[in-house]
Amino acid sequence: MKHLLSTRDLDRETAVGILDIAEDMARTADREVRKLPTLRGKTVVNLFFEDSTRTRLSFESAAKRLSADVITFSAKGSSVSKGESLKDTAQTLQAMGADAIVVRHHGSGAAHLLAHAGWIDAHVLNAGDGTHEHPTQALLDAFTMRQRRYGADSRGRDLSGMRVVIVGDVVHSRVARSNVWLLSTLGAEVHLVAPRTLLPSGVESWPVTVHEHLEPALALDPDVVMMLRVQQERMHAAFFPSGREYAREWGLTAERFAALGPDTMVMHPGPMNRGLEISSAAADSSASTVLAQVTNGVFIRMAVLYLLVAGSSEERA
Amino acid sequence: MTGLLIRGATLLGETREDIRIRGGRIAATGRLNAELDERVIDADGLVALPGLVDLHTHLREPGGEASETVLTGTRAAAAGGYTAVFAMANTSPVADTAGVVEQVHALGLQHGFATVRPIGAVTVGLEGERLSEIGAMARSRAEVRVFSDDGRCVHDALLMRRALEYVATFDGVIAQHAQEPRLTEGAQMNEGALSGELGLAGWPAVAEESIIARDVLLAQHTGARLHVCHVSTAGSVEVIRWAKARGIAVTAEVTPHHLLLTEELARGYDARFKVNPPLRRDDDVRALREALADGTIDIVATDHAPHPAEAKECTWAEAAFGMVGLESALPVLQTTMIETGMLTWEQVARVMSSAPAAIGRLNGYADPLTEGAPANVTLVDPAARGTWSTGDLRGRSTNTPYAGVDLAGAIVSTVHGGVATVLDGALRPADEVASAAARQREAARG
Ligand SMILES: [Zn+2]
Repeated sequence: MKHLLSTRDLDRETAVGILDIAEDMARTADREVRKLPTLRGKTVVNLFFEDSTRTRLSFESAAKRLSADVITFSAKGSSVSKGESLKDTAQTLQAMGADAIVVRHHGSGAAHLLAHAGWIDAHVLNAGDGTHEHPTQALLDAFTMRQRRYGADSRGRDLSGMRVVIVGDVVHSRVARSNVWLLSTLGAEVHLVAPRTLLPSGVESWPVTVHEHLEPALALDPDVVMMLRVQQERMHAAFFPSGREYAREWGLTAERFAALGPDTMVMHPGPMNRGLEISSAAADSSASTVLAQVTNGVFIRMAVLYLLVAGSSEERA
Repeated sequence: MTGLLIRGATLLGETREDIRIRGGRIAATGRLNAELDERVIDADGLVALPGLVDLHTHLREPGGEASETVLTGTRAAAAGGYTAVFAMANTSPVADTAGVVEQVHALGLQHGFATVRPIGAVTVGLEGERLSEIGAMARSRAEVRVFSDDGRCVHDALLMRRALEYVATFDGVIAQHAQEPRLTEGAQMNEGALSGELGLAGWPAVAEESIIARDVLLAQHTGARLHVCHVSTAGSVEVIRWAKARGIAVTAEVTPHHLLLTEELARGYDARFKVNPPLRRDDDVRALREALADGTIDIVATDHAPHPAEAKECTWAEAAFGMVGLESALPVLQTTMIETGMLTWEQVARVMSSAPAAIGRLNGYADPLTEGAPANVTLVDPAARGTWSTGDLRGRSTNTPYAGVDLAGAIVSTVHGGVATVLDGALRPADEVASAAARQREAARG
């Protein structure tokens, strides 16, 4: 694998392979010496045009645990905030000898452009591009689902037979897009729930079942309910009338949470808007995987960096 | 050499004749013997068309000289077989006064590669608030007859109504960039399944169609002429067809790129394919070709929109809208309309020359290639085949969407007002064209 830009072009075998490597990475975390020498002498650049401390720290931590040299360019206080173009930045990184570039950008397609414009030779890892995709988030979500479901017996398995309900602002969500492609590739049955204003055009051609109301989807006794972050400001652009109405119609309220089956997982990519898309009762319950998602994020990112950089070092030499 | 003899051209793709050009006019057609003071152009196997007229060109001067100037833009025009271009008003300063339009017009005359007819802004600064001095521009030496806020839509219904009425006073026409602004805030590409997948904000067809529907009703109500720029959807075609059937004075244009390319090109996030209105679906392309063939769409206009490299070498959302199109327009037309049997050369001459000239009230194109008409002639080699590249461009910018695309046909020679601007596929030097054009003007005056 040269780049990870999207989950749409991952086949089942590759996706399960990444999850299995992440299992290995999780196991090393229990050891006393948690660092692996795998990427010693390699340079991983975190290029964050859009600020996200959580995701940046997760990637930094993953690269460091693989012994890579890590350089971070983030929106705050570096040249990337001063209007330098993606092209100029990329060429700088090329000159610095970056082996892999982890990029987050507010523009859809930025990672694709970086990988294919001919500016650089490095591996590109999409850490979120506009409203397009966020593939490592979907991978860590799938990993978390598999682990909760199968525990130590996870290896080699996909998500066949699992029913996942994704709720909220699908149209603006790169997390939703990446999850839809990946989860369906892994055999899960995916349901989307949102008012029509928050559904992307063409959603009827996606491998999902679409619901406009939450109750019918929850009545299917899903294995996973994934609540997407909703920005309050969306109501000013007439996507919905008010936060209160949104919470009442599409939020995972305490009542709705209480009615879920005992084994249903509650997921959220974070950061959460408590009281809007998710109630504290749901977020803080044992059904919630929110903290496990953070932990697993590091393992998934280790797995992907390993696959991209170490996995193909011979072919590049 | 005081004259030109074009020998053995196939006029409008129909009959093989010679064309004698003298004093900026067509002196004779038929079987002619070369005279001693004539330069002979061998046009064996070539199709002679009237000089092409583009009703929608962005020349960028003043203010955007990094992308294009009147000189570089009209050189690109000549290379594409054009002898007249209508220069859009969205320059800096905006062409909203007699001073600016006269300056642009004069630059065209001075360089001589093509007649430059400036388009005046409908509203001051393209701000959509107050009418610009339409009368002053109409009465200026630039004789402005086409008014447009292109790049922006005159979306205020009252302002549009008044503009239609007021412009009619000066025998002008409003060329509307039909784009409902609220429905297209932040829009990046055609709204549909692909925009949903790519995570790019959609530009829905209804944003174009709703404005056209409103405007044809306003044109009916006021009795004024309306011209619709760059029609891009099958639904827009339906609305215009309906309006024409009711006798409403509406004309419409389609760009070459909307006749050939589709939204699928956005898949690689290559911003060369970002344009406004956006590339649409196969069904739209088909409907646009049919509409051009049956006359629902009157003309082809390029919307030639040069941009510097950095405006395209960036993420899709950050990139500028637009593509260059003057040099490639006729090859695209041959590829999409002639080779498919949808138009004849004579009909191409109509949609790319006489009809746009009539809409823009440009004289001298009504009876092309006939004795006494101004000598605006384009010679095309219809047998030429090639893969398009940026090397085929003659303007200052290289944002063509056709690099690597096989296009049929090539422009061999262009004659503008009796002055050859392109010979044997090569532009003539700027100083030679400028002085020949000056001599021609002298002679016409004397
Ligand atoms: Zn326009």
